[in-house]
Amino acid sequence: MGYSTGSYARSDLGATLLTGRRARRRPVSWMAVAAVVVSLFALLPLGFVIFSAFQAGWPTVVELVFRPRVGELLTNTIFLMLLTVPLTAVLATALAWLTERSDLPGVRIWSWLAVAPLAVPAFVHSYAWVTLIPGMHGLFAGVFISVIAYFPFLYLPISAALRRLDPALEDAASSLGLSPARVFLRVVLPQLRLALCGGGLLVALHLLAEYGLYGFIRFDTFTTAIIDQFQSTFNGAAANMLAGVLVSCCLVLLTMEMLIRGQERYARVGSGAARQQPRIRLGRMTLPCLVLPLVVALVSLGVPILTVGRWLIAGGADVWRLDEIGLALGQTLVLALLGGLVATVAAIPMAWISIRAPGWLQRILEGTNYVAGSLPGVVVALALVTVAIRVVPPLYQTLFTIVVAYGLMFLPRALISLRASIAQAPVELERAAGNLGRPPLRALWATTIRLSAPGAAAGMALSALGIMNELTATQMLAPNGTRTLAMAFWNYSGEIDYAAAAPYAAIMVAMSLPLTWLLYVQSKKMAGR
Amino acid sequence: MSLLELHGLKKTYGPVTALAGVDLSVASGSRTAIVGPSGCGKTTLLRLIAGFETPDSGSIMLDDKPLANGAGAVPAHLRGIGLVAQDGALFPHLSIAENIGFGLGRHAAGRNERITELAYTVGLDSALLKRRPHQLSGGQQQRVALARALAMRPRLMLLDEPFSALDTGLRASMRKAVAELLETAGIATVLVTHDQAEALSFADQVAVMREGSFSQVGTPRELYLKPRDRMVAEFLGEALVLPAMIVDGFAETTLGRLPLDGSGERPALARVMLRPEQVMLEIRPATEAADPQAGALYGEVVESEFAGATSTVAVRLINSPDSPEAAAIANTPLVLRKSGIEAPAVGEIVRIRTIGTAHVLAAG
Repeated sequence: MGYSTGSYARSDLGATLLTGRRARRRPVSWMAVAAVVVSLFALLPLGFVIFSAFQAGWPTVVELVFRPRVGELLTNTIFLMLLTVPLTAVLATALAWLTERSDLPGVRIWSWLAVAPLAVPAFVHSYAWVTLIPGMHGLFAGVFISVIAYFPFLYLPISAALRRLDPALEDAASSLGLSPARVFLRVVLPQLRLALCGGGLLVALHLLAEYGLYGFIRFDTFTTAIIDQFQSTFNGAAANMLAGVLVSCCLVLLTMEMLIRGQERYARVGSGAARQQPRIRLGRMTLPCLVLPLVVALVSLGVPILTVGRWLIAGGADVWRLDEIGLALGQTLVLALLGGLVATVAAIPMAWISIRAPGWLQRILEGTNYVAGSLPGVVVALALVTVAIRVVPPLYQTLFTIVVAYGLMFLPRALISLRASIAQAPVELERAAGNLGRPPLRALWATTIRLSAPGAAAGMALSALGIMNELTATQMLAPNGTRTLAMAFWNYSGEIDYAAAAPYAAIMVAMSLPLTWLLYVQSKKMAGR
Repeated sequence: MSLLELHGLKKTYGPVTALAGVDLSVASGSRTAIVGPSGCGKTTLLRLIAGFETPDSGSIMLDDKPLANGAGAVPAHLRGIGLVAQDGALFPHLSIAENIGFGLGRHAAGRNERITELAYTVGLDSALLKRRPHQLSGGQQQRVALARALAMRPRLMLLDEPFSALDTGLRASMRKAVAELLETAGIATVLVTHDQAEALSFADQVAVMREGSFSQVGTPRELYLKPRDRMVAEFLGEALVLPAMIVDGFAETTLGRLPLDGSGERPALARVMLRPEQVMLEIRPATEAADPQAGALYGEVVESEFAGATSTVAVRLINSPDSPEAAAIANTPLVLRKSGIEAPAVGEIVRIRTIGTAHVLAAG
């Protein structure tokens, strides 16, 4: 996503040269140093993968990578992606079209219900289905649950893009003799390309990184295999090599997305504001069209609510072991808040530079961050485990290490919110404050920091949401005795004590809902409504 | 022969009446301009003709074939009516050549030749064909939009304020170029605009629209010189509206006895309109006003504001003929826009003459 705020920053640099040379240059260069340090840290997992390949030596790499097991995992992963991503794209586009462009009754509710499944952690989706239909496992179960769990990642950008489309283009196309269906194919769909590519990449990366969802239905992916390997042989070369293949898969995805996305421009050409989109009358098709969002809502929200509710009832009051739950809740909150804070603070230098001083440094840092941010949690965790054990053993399984891991994993989330809100605090305000007699740091405090505080808070909240439902890295890195909500849920359901697991699932969903609402509201705002 | 016929078109959006019964006839190969303030319903009318919306009642006929009749309507993509929108609405994901050829079949024979020919027709350099819309200037984008619509060989072209996004200088030259091009191609045109000068200079038939219906339809000259009511008069240009007594086919006003245009039944008391360019000011020595010639009218310049090519001059009448309302009116200065060079200075005495005829406005 490109934020074109270059003009602010360029004039900022110009002003630096002209006025207040000493006072203004210092923050930028300190920020640059900080951003470089953060980026180097972010590259740690990638460096670890390369380093461990070198250390193992070529024969070992060949032996560990080119074996039937890896081929099997690769086949699983490729099929999972080839089926899930297109299905998700079709489902998300259909839902987005219905909620944005048709006169379906209750569109606001349907559009919220299409985002709400994000509040249910992927492994809770899996739990819900497995306990409902115990026989579910394998590729098709994986595809089915993945589509349900991840379609909002595509729904959000597609519906935002649909809302921003200029209706005049569609009018022009139909005045040139194109039927409505062909207008959709030749004018609307091409303009959704960026949203489809970005959302599709996000879904694909989640498919690579997710552990719990596939653990439940006994579907092996690289991530589940790495964790199995890690749990049985701890820190072996085999796990490291699998991580190497997993990272390669990520890089292939990033490259593919970049190639498909292309360099085209999709923004509206011309001046003035676009007219509001007219909604298409469904008429007699209204009832059949209602079936789709209804079924999706039932499957993606109804089933988890039903199953969790059923187990809660079956478990009665006994499953609410309040001391245990309270401890898990407290630990989760501490970890989530600390991790969110670290991610946000770590994102500040990069966000600042990308808005106020874009240039070659910022492009390199952004590229780095883009790649590092797409690495699965399991790779980050594996890298930190290795580094901690080999370089600073006292740090292994400490609060410090797990919080650093969270910071690395969720930095991109914090960065997006921060960058958008710093962009909304134009440097002119800072200068005006300076002009009115505030010294530079106080001017900065009174304008930019004040104005970007909501964005920082949103970024922190979104990171904290991710951490709260994080399972993979937490399992591998958390200090002994840590038991977060996700871990407790995982352990109980691993012991087939579904009733005892239910309260944890309910709490995770309940705590995620407000943040999901925030995400929904933000996406509406970004599209200008 | 009439190409497009609109009869009693009505359209409402909830409680808001966008169109309250519109009738219009557009001859083939002619140019019609629909002009009105924003929100008067002119864009709705255009969208009904193009087929993006259906009228609540009334009919649209093209070439004696019904496009819309009550509820039934031919969908937009089957109408074969060209459209150029306000800012071109070029497809941002396609090159200029692909934009122009959008309506042609993708494998149609001679497609490339046709695209080059269309680009030439609208005055686009063929080097631009490979570019993207955002690399073109506003004027060039409009030319592409026009070429794209021309590719379908429509018999009717709708222009939705296509020049309003352009600079003033470019606007006039584009307007002229488009008018000539469409006339040569024999395509009838309906232009929607809020700019009265644009409407008057572009069209051979102008319709002034207000609150969902046409106030008056006619040739530009007819509308400018013989507007039906005060709203039309003032919308199409500056107007001096004077209360008058009609006596023997003349209007007795504060500016004296003015000849009237046309004939027919007229009320004894009415308002008449003069265009400011019909009033001539002639600088005279102050002594002449003190001892006026019979029938001569004098005034004193009370304000003179220079604004380059034109100056705005306010003149207070000194010896208005004694009419019932004169006492009240005489205190209100006459405000005229004059050439900047010959505008009199404040304090000068001028003799006021009128040329041409006054026009009686309908009440209201």
